[in-house]
Amino acid sequence: MTVSQFLVLGALLFSIGIYGVLVRRNAVLVLLSVELMLAAVNINLVAFGAFLQDSLLSGQAFALFVITIAAAEVGIGLAIIVLIFRNRSSANVDELDLMRW
Amino acid sequence: MDIGAWWEWTTDWLSDAQNVLFVVIALVMVFAALRVVTSPNVVHATLMLVLALGGSAALFLMLGAEFVAWALVLVYIGAVVVLFLFGIMITRAPTGRDPVSLDHKRRWPAALVALTTFVTLASVSVAAFEDRVIENTVSRTGDLGDLLFSRFVMPFEAVSFVLLAALIGGIVIARKDPE
Repeated sequence: MTVSQFLVLGALLFSIGIYGVLVRRNAVLVLLSVELMLAAVNINLVAFGAFLQDSLLSGQAFALFVITIAAAEVGIGLAIIVLIFRNRSSANVDELDLMRW
Repeated sequence: MDIGAWWEWTTDWLSDAQNVLFVVIALVMVFAALRVVTSPNVVHATLMLVLALGGSAALFLMLGAEFVAWALVLVYIGAVVVLFLFGIMITRAPTGRDPVSLDHKRRWPAALVALTTFVTLASVSVAAFEDRVIENTVSRTGDLGDLLFSRFVMPFEAVSFVLLAALIGGIVIARKDPE
């Protein structure tokens, strides 16, 4: 196993996530694409941790922190989406022009 | 690198069983990720995210990071995806085949941005790490636990505080105001 194969896979998943964030209109699907990008970052962290033979296991510890923050982000994000849906009866990101000048 | 040398390197690389396993998992993950961002059905997109995250858990097992792999399965597939399905049901996202309302029409600029990102990241990381090998490292879960409660105890507490704040904040934001 080389490091590059994991890094290339991570880059591929990250760019697929970027595509999803840019192209999706539904806010829930935008959050799904963000999760994909975070998964790519986790792959990079764990691969570097295994590659560097770190005795502090920083790669795995930081991957756990990223997983935790992602869970918090999904909770808050979905709460905001539910609130927006309740107020505007739509969860499409391009219809949220409330703050447009 | 000419074609012959490249072919020789590839067959040599594929002669390792771990690399064959990696290729299979990577293909499944890329397929699932593409379906997440292109599927016209919201529920299918969410279930494909399960497949992609399961693939990344399998990669963590290959890299000897057992605890992270099972934490990923528990937290993501067990909790986050269920939360997403609840979110889809509550916001009544169009669950039928309705591609018009799910995607923007301007797909090509987004695809161009994604492709540029991929080419940049992949070429930089391949140029930097060429074919450095990952030695087989199985780490003990007990060691990770010890480190989380000694070296990483402050970030661990901070993250648990963030999680508590997010929990309370989510309840406060999403509940209906009592009239």
